[in-house]
Amino acid sequence: MTRSDAQALIRSLRSAYAATPKNLKIIDLYLAFSVSSALIQVIYMAMVGSFPFNSFLSGVLSCVGTAVLAVCLRIQLNKENKEFKDLAPERAFADFVLCNLVLHLVIINFLG
Amino acid sequence: MVATDSPAAGGSLRYAFGGVLSFFILVLIGVLAFSIRLFSVIKYESVIHEFDPYFNYRVTQFLTKKGIYDFWNWFDDRTWYPLGRVIGGTVYPGLTLTAGTMWWLANSLNIPLSVETVCVFTAPVFSAFASWAAYLLTKEVKGPGAGLTAAALLAMVPSYISRSVAGSYDNEAVAIFALVNTFYLYVKTLNTGSLFYATLNAISYFYMVCSWGGYTFIINLIPMHVLLCIVTGRYSSRLYIAYAPLVVLGTLLAVLVPVVGFNAVMTSEHFASFLVFIILHVVALVHYIKGILSPRMFKVAVTLVLSVGIILCFAAVAILIAVVAASPTKGWSGRSLSLLDPTYASKYIPIIASVSEHQPPTWPSYFMDINVLAFLVPAGIIACFLPLSDASSFAVLYIVTSVYFSGVMVRLMLVLAPAACIMSGIALSEAFGALTGSIKFHLLASSDSQGNAGDATPVSVLPENGKAKTDKVEETTKERPSKKNRKKEKDVVEKASVSHRPENQRAEKKLWALPIEASVLGILLLVLLGAFYVIHCVWAAAEAYSAPSIVLTSRTHDGLHVFDDFREAYAWLSHNTEVDDKVASWWDYGYQTTAMANRTVIVDNNTWNNTHIATVGTAMSSPEKAAWEIFNSLDVKYVFVIFGGLVGYPSDDINKFLWMVRIGGGVFPHIKEPDYLRDGNYRIDSMATPTMLNSLMYKLSYYRFVETDGKGFDRVRQTEIGKKYFKLTHFEEVFTTHHWMVRIYKLKPPRNRIRGKAKKTKSKATTSSGSNTSPKTKKNPWQ
Repeated sequence: MTRSDAQALIRSLRSAYAATPKNLKIIDLYLAFSVSSALIQVIYMAMVGSFPFNSFLSGVLSCVGTAVLAVCLRIQLNKENKEFKDLAPERAFADFVLCNLVLHLVIINFLG
Repeated sequence: MVATDSPAAGGSLRYAFGGVLSFFILVLIGVLAFSIRLFSVIKYESVIHEFDPYFNYRVTQFLTKKGIYDFWNWFDDRTWYPLGRVIGGTVYPGLTLTAGTMWWLANSLNIPLSVETVCVFTAPVFSAFASWAAYLLTKEVKGPGAGLTAAALLAMVPSYISRSVAGSYDNEAVAIFALVNTFYLYVKTLNTGSLFYATLNAISYFYMVCSWGGYTFIINLIPMHVLLCIVTGRYSSRLYIAYAPLVVLGTLLAVLVPVVGFNAVMTSEHFASFLVFIILHVVALVHYIKGILSPRMFKVAVTLVLSVGIILCFAAVAILIAVVAASPTKGWSGRSLSLLDPTYASKYIPIIASVSEHQPPTWPSYFMDINVLAFLVPAGIIACFLPLSDASSFAVLYIVTSVYFSGVMVRLMLVLAPAACIMSGIALSEAFGALTGSIKFHLLASSDSQGNAGDATPVSVLPENGKAKTDKVEETTKERPSKKNRKKEKDVVEKASVSHRPENQRAEKKLWALPIEASVLGILLLVLLGAFYVIHCVWAAAEAYSAPSIVLTSRTHDGLHVFDDFREAYAWLSHNTEVDDKVASWWDYGYQTTAMANRTVIVDNNTWNNTHIATVGTAMSSPEKAAWEIFNSLDVKYVFVIFGGLVGYPSDDINKFLWMVRIGGGVFPHIKEPDYLRDGNYRIDSMATPTMLNSLMYKLSYYRFVETDGKGFDRVRQTEIGKKYFKLTHFEEVFTTHHWMVRIYKLKPPRNRIRGKAKKTKSKATTSSGSNTSPKTKKNPWQ
């Protein structure tokens, strides 16, 4: 396991990722935002305690939930995915919005 | 593919005809499911059965009277006196909200249904829905033919009928529909990869969590299936879409239900879903990286990640194990533990062990409850493997796990019923398909010997058997008609001894057709099998499972004799006692007492407080004076016992007495079971132990019993009672029902004046109460 191997790996990863289309990169950015938001909330909970546990749960799960849904959207929009080539991107986005609506309705109810 | 115009038009017409026929078949199946459950209404009356449904009925009455906000915040002070019960937080609201909504809907349309009618008929209506959901689920797994068969089987299966007759207003009535529906939506999402169905799946799972504690079965079965798919190399992006949103959205929705609350994220029953969630993400990431990297680079990445990742993995797992091992039951609840380890309940939790529904089933109960399906299920499992898809692997996993759990507890046969129906539906449909295909092939081969039969549509050959026609139509709706033509062409080619079709000579699949006599005989025998199943189901629904158990009947030589003692006793209580009087009895009758007699009870069927039940059990097992003191400390005014000795009713309190002793002895050590046993048996005849003859239960059951026939012959225990002539010192009898089945006693008030022997009795009382180490007994200051 040499250093040049690791560098070659990182380079090939970077070049392969650069080739992804722009809309998928935007979704990946949103994904990174959600996950980091969830991590920040967990660290905050570790510092101040979890007293209104329902608020903590709803906050973290809303970030994780939108991340998961964004991954699903990305899967459905990815051109290289042969299973979803008949799916119109508008339909995929509409499903994404619907699922997010339900998720956030529950979150707001639970936030307390 | 080679469809010319007329076969295509003929095929689509047949397709449409098949669709309409399927629709009417489904409507008929719904009507069948509804009407087979009406036997109890016809034979007895439209009344709520058993014990638990009375609680649900009372809760629904409250909901319809007071509205939903008061329902959520309801603190019930009429039960578990003096503790009360938070109804809003401890009841699964799905059933009551469903029935309340149906009542409200009917009344807003000016259809004046009473709450009781809606409650009685909720279960049959939802069993029709459950059959339709089973059709949809099996259609996803195998095809519409199998779906229709499975739906027809589920409409009639006795195990499901037993918990959903008209009048059985219990959680399982709607929960089975929710279960099958959730599984259907999961399989549909898995097959289509649509996020819309994933959302519907989460909402359906929410309905299931609202309805029944058995939702933990779903949240453990689906992760198991995902793991199975990953391990067998069937990972696909549809699997991710089917599972990941369900976990997040499902957990959030489960936390919303007050009964579950934070248990959804903190108990071991849910950890499997989180673990598989993490595993799924790891697999998805690996899949993604593999897709964008070249194979050589991927190998490098794998070695790098493995060396670093394994260390982190071990650390995380070690922390998790330490946290879980710190709790005494490793985070599992008692109910789940008793499912995983069948002997757990009998060792540690006598209350769970005492319920008759929690005993393991016997072999005959399998044939009683799922009958013919018991040996169609293995055929269905084999059919699921040809070919194996994600959906059929899910069906196999479902049947295997439900068979295991049904072996632990009889009441879980209910979870086995839909799985068995799905498997049997698949088996029957495949069998019919093979047999009718053979018949068709033979008829086709005999009808055209030479020429190009490739253009002639074999499906135009109508066999004489009407039943086969239905299945053939269903089969054509399964695949495109042209594909069917090609398959039949291949059949003809392989067995071409009569005709020559050189352009179709391909030796791909050797499909062998059975001889025509065997096929016809096979179809006739399968129809006969179905007939036996139907006869058994109707008999089970009519005779075995439609008894409301609040009303008993027996056939005498001069007609039908009705025992309505329970309602007689509750009506007496509601008319002849004060509103605030407390009534004590064994916990079985708590729900009925609060619902029908409208009096406060000490313990009821919820059995959430073992010590309180043990207190009542101790009181029933103690001599009169100690029992009086216990009951007086609980402000009890009336005590009643169920006694079946005069008429031969076997589920009376004397037969349940051993549980009172065991549960009471589990908390109060001065109640020792061997004191009540003679040679290891509970006896009430002349060989009974003195402790038994002095216990409150014996005295309240057999007080003045000797006056009925002069000898005191107990028809249930089949013997004369031991102590025949005795008086009650601390209780007085206020009511005994017509057949002596319910006997109500009142606590005598304490004496007004302490007589001259006060000092001696007081010192005797102190010494005797010193040896009596019951912590609940206070020294009675009035004696």
